[in-house]
Amino acid sequence: MTRHDDTRRRFFGRALAAGSGLLLTGCDQLSQNAWFTRVLGSAEKLTQGTQRLLLSRKSMAQEFSEADISPQFRSNGTSNPNNPLYQTWVASGFADYRLQVDGLVARPRAYTLDELKALPSRTQITRHDCVEGWSAIGKWKGVSLSHLLAQVEPHPQANYVVFHCADPMNGQGSHYYESIDMDDAWHVQTVLAYDLNDAPLPVKNGAPIRVRVERQLGYKSAKYLTRIELVERFDHIGKGRGGYWEDRGYEWYAGI
Amino acid sequence: MSPDDPVARSRGYLRHRWPVRLMHWINLLAFALLLLSGLQIFNAHPALYWGKSSYTGAPPLLQMTTRTDASGKTLGVTRVFGHEFNTTGVFGLSAGPDGRPSARGFPTWLTVPSTQWLSMARHWHFFFAWVLVINGLCYVLYTLASRHFARDLWPSRTDWRGIGQSILDHLRLRHPQGADALRYNILQKLAYLVVIFGLFPLVILMGLAMSPGLNALFTGWIDVFGGRQSARTLHFVAAWLLVAFVFIHVFEVFISGVWNNLRSMITGRYRIAHEETPHDPT
Repeated sequence: MTRHDDTRRRFFGRALAAGSGLLLTGCDQLSQNAWFTRVLGSAEKLTQGTQRLLLSRKSMAQEFSEADISPQFRSNGTSNPNNPLYQTWVASGFADYRLQVDGLVARPRAYTLDELKALPSRTQITRHDCVEGWSAIGKWKGVSLSHLLAQVEPHPQANYVVFHCADPMNGQGSHYYESIDMDDAWHVQTVLAYDLNDAPLPVKNGAPIRVRVERQLGYKSAKYLTRIELVERFDHIGKGRGGYWEDRGYEWYAGI
Repeated sequence: MSPDDPVARSRGYLRHRWPVRLMHWINLLAFALLLLSGLQIFNAHPALYWGKSSYTGAPPLLQMTTRTDASGKTLGVTRVFGHEFNTTGVFGLSAGPDGRPSARGFPTWLTVPSTQWLSMARHWHFFFAWVLVINGLCYVLYTLASRHFARDLWPSRTDWRGIGQSILDHLRLRHPQGADALRYNILQKLAYLVVIFGLFPLVILMGLAMSPGLNALFTGWIDVFGGRQSARTLHFVAAWLLVAFVFIHVFEVFISGVWNNLRSMITGRYRIAHEETPHDPT
């Protein structure tokens, strides 16, 4: 090897190190840039549009067999809401619990747990895909949200269903919340679940009621539901992005 | 243009046309950012599984985590198929943005963004996934329409006959000279075909197989690949096979004339070294 080659090689080594360093620093700076992150975020609309084009409104999430059920259904996020009212419900076996359904509806009403259990039920073994990357399979029993919607009669201008939850987040007086559009709201697999794996839904998994939104990532399937609100738009709720995690930079459409 | 044409020789030959050059560099940018943001996404749950879910009763195939040793020191460890390796400083535990050891799968210098930030990594990843897919589709259409595929990529019978010699040449780090250097050799053609029509489609398909939305497209289609967590593992493996290709590709670029190769991928022009003859004007 000549000295010339050696110099050249060292030059390339340095150029590569400098280049990758610049790339990473540049990416970190761009991640803080409002304009650039808006450009990156524009891909969400493209993804949502494409998926909605490919999928019919009624296309079903995969359902599994009993043999596929995960031995333990992992709890993520809140595992026991630090909320005095919620704790009184737990103490009374959710006898005083009410699920309020209101907003842009003709007949707002509150349901007790027993009233929800008296409605026609649906049982489904589905896979929960966390945004972090793991999946768990569980057997859910509950009432399809569509039954409740049929009873409360949404107004035509109701575009979204907002789920308000009992778990306080960040100690700032705000609670977990989520929202889905009417396509997902009327979907038969969108279930208000009260049983997991043939037992009452444990506190760590969202007792007494959690929603299952099976064609999206796990953070859409809000736990500890207290109120279901139908709205035309959600920009007045929380920080206006449609959900607790959405307010912290995650996609509203969590189909990927 | 003949290789003996002195004008052409001084300017170099047109080796890559501009659409190929442009798409090559777009692909490099998109792939680099997909890899680095992908490793950040992996860090949100640094473990890989085989099957429909992560919790099947079987341990992960690969896991990066921390544990304390007998003396109470925190170690970064990587477990692969039940074997544990101490990977402190690189995998499992490495210096965080403040320089102090932090529990993370891949180190800061391999992730975009460098700090733990899943939502931002997803924005990078899905944006550049679209760039990669659209660029890739344009490339495939161009390569078929321009006959680049038939002319330059698809191995001829002569190519196949020379495969033994080509393997030997590659092992001895010998490279085609003169007019032969203007054409892809057989191993080069095969490598490009595997990457373009094998690994890239696989990595994209396995990415889509992780989408809970697209899972609902046809019932159970991802079970063909072993289920969602298997698809996630295959996505990871395919990405690293692409990285392996990049390393070999860059190595070959270096040893077969780095400036000439780089120039031909930037301006399109490639120069051929001629053996000097007494009749050759210099």
